[in-house]
Amino acid sequence: MNDISLLQHYWWFLVSLLGALLVFLMFVQGGQSLIWTLGRTEEQRRMLLLATGRKWELTFTTLVTFGGAFFASFPLFYSTSFGGAYWVWVLILLCFVLQAVSYEFQLRNGNVLGTTTYRMFLMLNGILGPLLIGTAVGTFFTGAEFVVDKAAVASPSMPVISHWVNPLHGLEAAFVPQNLLLGISVLLLTRVLACLYFLNSIGDEPLRRNCRRRLGMECGFFLLFFLTWLLRWLCSAGFACEPESGLIYLETCKYLHNLQTMPAVMALLVVGVLLVLGGMAGGLRGWRRGIWPAGAGSVLVVLALLLCAGWNNTAYYPSLASLQSSLTIANSSSSLFTLRTMTYVSFIIPFVLAYIVWAWRALDRTPITPEETNEGH
Amino acid sequence: MDPIDTSLVDWSRAQFALTAMYHWLFVPLTLGLGVIMAIMETLYVRTGREFWKQTARFWMKLFGINFAMGVATGIILEFEFGTNWSNYSWFVGDIFGAPLAIEGILAFFMESTFIAVMYFGWNKVSKRAHLASTWLTIIGATISAWWILVANAWMQHPVGMEFNPDTVRNEMVDFAAVAFSPVAVVKFCHTVASSWVQGSVFVVGVSCWYLLRRQHREFAHASIKVAAWFGLVAALITAHTGHQSGRDIALYQPMKLAAAEGLYEGGTSQGLVLGGLLRPGADWASPSEESKFLFHVECPYALSLLATHKPDGYVPGIRNLLEGGYPLPDGSTALPAEEKMARGRRAIAALAEYRKAKDEAAKAAALTTLRENFDYFGYGYLNSPAELVPNVPLTFYGFRIMVMLGGYFLLLFAGLLVLGQRIEKQKLIQWAVVLTIPLAWLASQAGWVVAEVGRQPWAIQGLLPNVAAISRLEVGSVQTTFFIFLVLFTLLLVAELSIMGKAIAAGPETDTPTA
Repeated sequence: MNDISLLQHYWWFLVSLLGALLVFLMFVQGGQSLIWTLGRTEEQRRMLLLATGRKWELTFTTLVTFGGAFFASFPLFYSTSFGGAYWVWVLILLCFVLQAVSYEFQLRNGNVLGTTTYRMFLMLNGILGPLLIGTAVGTFFTGAEFVVDKAAVASPSMPVISHWVNPLHGLEAAFVPQNLLLGISVLLLTRVLACLYFLNSIGDEPLRRNCRRRLGMECGFFLLFFLTWLLRWLCSAGFACEPESGLIYLETCKYLHNLQTMPAVMALLVVGVLLVLGGMAGGLRGWRRGIWPAGAGSVLVVLALLLCAGWNNTAYYPSLASLQSSLTIANSSSSLFTLRTMTYVSFIIPFVLAYIVWAWRALDRTPITPEETNEGH
Repeated sequence: MDPIDTSLVDWSRAQFALTAMYHWLFVPLTLGLGVIMAIMETLYVRTGREFWKQTARFWMKLFGINFAMGVATGIILEFEFGTNWSNYSWFVGDIFGAPLAIEGILAFFMESTFIAVMYFGWNKVSKRAHLASTWLTIIGATISAWWILVANAWMQHPVGMEFNPDTVRNEMVDFAAVAFSPVAVVKFCHTVASSWVQGSVFVVGVSCWYLLRRQHREFAHASIKVAAWFGLVAALITAHTGHQSGRDIALYQPMKLAAAEGLYEGGTSQGLVLGGLLRPGADWASPSEESKFLFHVECPYALSLLATHKPDGYVPGIRNLLEGGYPLPDGSTALPAEEKMARGRRAIAALAEYRKAKDEAAKAAALTTLRENFDYFGYGYLNSPAELVPNVPLTFYGFRIMVMLGGYFLLLFAGLLVLGQRIEKQKLIQWAVVLTIPLAWLASQAGWVVAEVGRQPWAIQGLLPNVAAISRLEVGSVQTTFFIFLVLFTLLLVAELSIMGKAIAAGPETDTPTA
């Protein structure tokens, strides 16, 4: 593996890790989607929103950094997907805009739209955010309808190098069952994680009882959808790349082969699944700390899946319109200089994680009580 | 293949401008108010006076309301580089993506982590840890400003990169040149200092409102004192860096300077237009019998002095920039726009030949032609020299509004410091200060209009015009999202102003006796 290939793999790992952390942190969205399901009284709803309200910016920042890191390390993806699957990304952004203001505005005097509207916004973000992101990520495995032609830069009348072939501009991904299965799985996972997070961070016993009750149903549905997706994924053909020529071709059971070729990634997936199952089981039995194994497990599972999408000579963004336009970590990355520079910057990440852990512990040291909801800020 | 629909370019620009202008309604207040509230919390920690804690908490409440809107509009702005400017994202993504990623890793996480401690941690962490969190929140926001302004400055003056014909994009070769470009340093200092001015104007304005209503007087006087000092220092920095910025524009974006000055015919010993009215409907891309001004007042030699540091220095006007033939600072003679466009077309054609070439000799020949003409690459996408002329009235008036209001703010802060407690009896001045609040927003928006409208038609100065930077979308899609964003942002702005108004009306809790 030469220098640039090593850095491309390293940056795919970092982008995948950010994506995996994002899925874990979307327990905030899962919690928002359950405001009215779990919170039977206004006081309970306030406690739920206080619990997620302390964390929403972390999720939001992870999403923004995920986008920024993708832009810096694989700019051709940023250019092709965002400029092509326009409507999917605009919808995702819109529902995150609604989230950004709703926590701050919902209980303020003079908020014009009323508390319920902002909470509806939060619920909308809670459902659509994970669903759309999951569906969009599904196209990493099933493909999307775009064409890339770098030579177009030399055509003064139409120098745009990539374009989308389907007029739905990304919305067509929602009509692919495998994408939708992943989207629903991500949504259900965020709801499972939310229940576990509330069990850990809220001290009110009636509310904790509601969370435990709800957790069983969410776990059942999540396992049904995720395992269906996983089985189909393991059996599905994938888009492989010939390393010497860069030629893209279809390979049967590509992702299963990737797991066999990369046993460490398979171990991540297996350990991740076991941790998620352990966290769920613990939560169902009333254990408060189930969020930690389930959260860590989610990170490992998503990391393993994304590594399978990009590593081992795989096209991580296959083109259904023009197979050879498919994006791989080799043909879509930044230059060696930029990847190397960004790698030095990435060494700061452990410090970032350290202060996030400090702040998390400082704020969550004691569970939220009904009295705390009246303190405001 | 159908050529690019120019209305797509216009709508894409309109959408980006809309998002950027809304975003910039909130960011300066975050940067300015953030430092002021952190100073107040520092006073609380140093003196132990509960008064300062309540004062800081009041401004923090307003900070939080405003911060949420900045975050909401900011995420759209970042992703619009991909959604609406996808060709740009590839052509320079190797350079431009890095500051955005560093901004995320270094700044956004700092901001988002410590703002949670700042709001929810009063009773959960020690006084000093809380103060550190407040400072780290605003330091994070300021670092964020650094990286996004590095990215913007690079678009105004691209450095530290080379074009790679194999990947068909520009690639970074010198990170320090990008990250610490003198243009970026000046831009950062000017923008952040002007944001501090804006935060200070807001604080003194709200405080004067309380004085008018005879409420929270101790709070108001204390806030005015802190904000006026801070604002005065910030206004002086803004003025100084504004001057340096003018010099940068003269060197790297002479068309922007000519547009900002309404300078059609350049020459030596040029005066700076202090004020005036442009002739409505004047064609700034062609000569005319009539003056381009209805009237104007000039300060002799000042423009030459600003642009060249010599009273008799040569400053090119729009006509000179289009026709060329004037002396450049390095002693060479400027090329006419037509020639630059011809060279640009040669560079683009050479790139096409390079991509098609089968043998090494043909590749090498094409590469030589490409390199010889690459400085004018972006000009090859233009159809007429007139496209090089930005909107002169917007740039001209924007510049004047920004500079005049900047001078006014300087006098305002100095006046408030001289008056001290005596402002209590000066109702007219109190009203004037209250009414100054929207002027601070007008000045900062005008500043960005000058910076961004003045550099048209370039997405990246001299390298990539907007027409070659866009995403290939249907015009209807961009029109639809434009109106969705317009309605959404406006609705949320109304909500924010209403909440802010109620929070100000409720006032701080400093008058309530506390333990």
